Amino acid sequence: MEYNNEYNMDLYPEQLHWQEGDLTATRTTMWSGPGCHEGCQIIFYTDKDGKLVKTEGDPNSPMTQGRLCMRCLELPELVNHADRLKYPMKRVGERGEDKWERVSWDEAYDIIEEKVRQFQKESGPESIISMIGTGRNVSQVIAHNQYANFGGPDLTLCFLSGDSCMLPRTAICYVMMGNQWVADMSQFRATRYEEDPDWQRPECIVIWGTNPVINNADAFLGHWIVEAQKRGSELVVIDPKLTWMAAKAKYWLRLRPGTDAALALGMLNVIINEDLVDHDFIDKWTYGYDALVERVQEYTPEKVAEICWIDKDLLIEAARFYAKAHPSSIQWGLAVDMSQIGTVTAQAIACLAGVTGNIDNPGGNVLIDQASGLEFGYNSGIEYLKPGLIEKRLGNDKYPLKKYGFTASSQSDSILEAIETGEPRPVRMLWIQSSNPIANMGQDAPRIYRALKNKVDFIVVIDLFKTPTAVACADLLLPCAMSNERDCIRVWFDPMRSLTKCSSFYEAKEDEQIMIDLGHRLAPENWPDWVQEPRDYMNWRMEVGNVGFTMETLENEYKGMHYSDYRYFKYEKGLLRPDGLPGFMTPTGRYEFYISLFASWGDDPLPYYKEPPTSPYSTPELFEKYPFVLTTGLRSFEFFHSEWRQADTTSRELHPLPRFDIHPEAAAKYGIADGTWCWIENDLGRMRQIARFDETLDPRVIATEHGWWFPEKEAAEPSLFGVFDCNPNNLIPMCQNGDSGYGAPIKSGIAKVYSCTPENSKHQPTEQVTRLGGYTHGE
Amino acid sequence: MANNGQYGLLIDYEYCSGCHACEVACKKEHEMPKGDFGIKILKDGPRQNSNGKWEYNHIPVPTSLCDLCSTRVEAGKLPTCVHHCQAGVMVYGTMEELAKKVNKDTKAIFSR
Ligand code: SF4
Ligand code: SF4
Ligand code: SF4
Repeated sequence: MEYNNEYNMDLYPEQLHWQEGDLTATRTTMWSGPGCHEGCQIIFYTDKDGKLVKTEGDPNSPMTQGRLCMRCLELPELVNHADRLKYPMKRVGERGEDKWERVSWDEAYDIIEEKVRQFQKESGPESIISMIGTGRNVSQVIAHNQYANFGGPDLTLCFLSGDSCMLPRTAICYVMMGNQWVADMSQFRATRYEEDPDWQRPECIVIWGTNPVINNADAFLGHWIVEAQKRGSELVVIDPKLTWMAAKAKYWLRLRPGTDAALALGMLNVIINEDLVDHDFIDKWTYGYDALVERVQEYTPEKVAEICWIDKDLLIEAARFYAKAHPSSIQWGLAVDMSQIGTVTAQAIACLAGVTGNIDNPGGNVLIDQASGLEFGYNSGIEYLKPGLIEKRLGNDKYPLKKYGFTASSQSDSILEAIETGEPRPVRMLWIQSSNPIANMGQDAPRIYRALKNKVDFIVVIDLFKTPTAVACADLLLPCAMSNERDCIRVWFDPMRSLTKCSSFYEAKEDEQIMIDLGHRLAPENWPDWVQEPRDYMNWRMEVGNVGFTMETLENEYKGMHYSDYRYFKYEKGLLRPDGLPGFMTPTGRYEFYISLFASWGDDPLPYYKEPPTSPYSTPELFEKYPFVLTTGLRSFEFFHSEWRQADTTSRELHPLPRFDIHPEAAAKYGIADGTWCWIENDLGRMRQIARFDETLDPRVIATEHGWWFPEKEAAEPSLFGVFDCNPNNLIPMCQNGDSGYGAPIKSGIAKVYSCTPENSKHQPTEQVTRLGGYTHGE
Repeated sequence: MANNGQYGLLIDYEYCSGCHACEVACKKEHEMPKGDFGIKILKDGPRQNSNGKWEYNHIPVPTSLCDLCSTRVEAGKLPTCVHHCQAGVMVYGTMEELAKKVNKDTKAIFSR
């Protein structure tokens, strides 16, 4: 069947702006809060007052081909929302009282300037830390602002334990192959799918620990895989839950949460011992294969099947299928990062791609850099940091991977410990930009709440709405702009894309503007005079990065998307190393199964499996008390993390309340009815969600949603938008990281479940935390 | 392309991911109040067949409020659900054209 519809391209002209009746159309890219990682091409329709009234997908975009998901379609609801922050505000009551006074931007800047100078003088610039949420167009700004304006070395994912989002996978990829890899769905070229002369449809796509059609994570649009399915790709889905894709898959491996590394090692065992490997690739391009062969002998299919709670034969068949198919591709996700052995798990999975030679081949796992090689992420502006400061990053003394620069951010748990203890140095100021850690990103949310509230002198929150985090701890709350209100570029993988401003909202400012304004005040020596607005900043960075064209060229000539010349098999062509030699950018020049750097640090150079810190096997007694394996972070089309929760949105219409999945047999055992509120509890704390029966789960596993807060509830404590009431992070620890500093047991805890009754529900968790001194473990 | 009764939608739900883009696009285009839908995603499954295979389908069902996006279509655009369908499984055309697109693998829903 021919599915593609013919758009009437006369109505979608290839230009930046056009008129459609009374409305002005602007072609741009969506890449800000509220929104996801993906950066879809979108058309914003504004009325004569410049108000955003409608969005459509851009049919000219090779990446998205006219499509949009529901959140970008309902976007005007949030852009024009009555609760959006309109003006800078200064706290006037106590933290948590929700008492504010409107201030001008100049007053806000005065306050920031005074505090920054004070802390710099009294405690050094390293007492100021910037904290970021998910990967959107604030990444480059927050880094540049931290390094060039505040002068401190610490930029960190905002209390995400073990930096467990993409960074563990990325770090291991840089160590093993000197680059990072992505499943190839022909996304890096303007000609897609069969129209690309080189691309091959993957015969097998492994979806590992992600639900891509919902989350579109890591700059990868999930429906690209649906396009591959239509073209005949077969799926292997590795997930504790039967996702829609799992139901369509050739093999669904319902593994126990947190055992992904064991599964990968078991698959390697089968593939290696049945000699299904790519000897040519291994001989020519890899390092440490013999050591890997030896290591995987411990992980027999029998043993792994037992660890993972899956069928041995299914494991064997899936492993064979992955290895025999050509090409085979792995799309991995957050579940890989979110275990204590996150980096090791990523290493084991990357070994699978390596032994089968599915590296940088069309339809396999391809190596990719930022567009035009432009540094426009967590290292932006690092050149302005004073010598000797990088070495002082918190956590670097503990973790060699951090110390030797395999990612740009500081280890988040180490930051929490420094805030709590004042050791090795005091943390005086936090700059929290686009993050709502006590609702979403931070584990052990009550512990973070207390640290923020009681231990830091001065906290600035920059966000779209008044979040629970802002109410609990902000001294200054600054409103920032959404995608339609920003001039920006995006380089997170090819193609380079532009964001073109077409409206504004009260006094909300682009994060770039805040950075530039502060720069001219705090560190004018680091800022060219002509860089006054976000657009200037883009052109400045493009010039410094030798991109070869301007933002205006990108918008007008390249229609908002510039594709570089994407090439496969770069390791054969000498395109991966600065010396131009063939091979990978690693110490051995090879794809390293055996990581020589780890060996030199005294760490295990090969992948292995270790039980989660709490589990049926590592803590059997505790498991008797808390007899479910608890996994969290179930994705919904309606939300992106803690965003889109406003009560009057279409998202809340479709998905009004938080739900967790439980097998009906398990529910019957504990007297739980479908659709009823239940407490989920372990030794760290408890929270409540609504039971939803799911026969596809292992009866020993429950799966909860995350990111819930209730903007319709009162802001002031003890209500605090009900932020802890339904929060799985009440049950998840901080500071239990892997040996590398990366990874944390976020998706593999244990818990018990029981029905909510009036007797056992006298105090909601938010009141417990904010008023009754509850949940004080971990201190 | 005005709808004179010959036009309709064809939806091949085999690859419908249940993403709700059609639902929301439709609601927004028609400024529908809460609770109203021009198209609704129903769900069959997940349930396991006796042969072990899983059945899990999203089934988009246009409702009595669907006007085939007459205003948009008159302006020369595709119906907004068709324009935005993330899995590209919706087609707009004359019933005759649509019927030709169906083959033995299609899981078809027709609506007009
Ligand atoms: S929310 Fe959906 S449409 Fe919007 S940028 Fe993300 S993937 Fe694209
Ligand atoms: S054709 Fe238009 S009115 Fe009908 S369901 Fe699709 S979007 Fe709604
Ligand atoms: S937009 Fe398409 S894929 Fe999404 S729910 Fe509707 S029909 Fe299904």
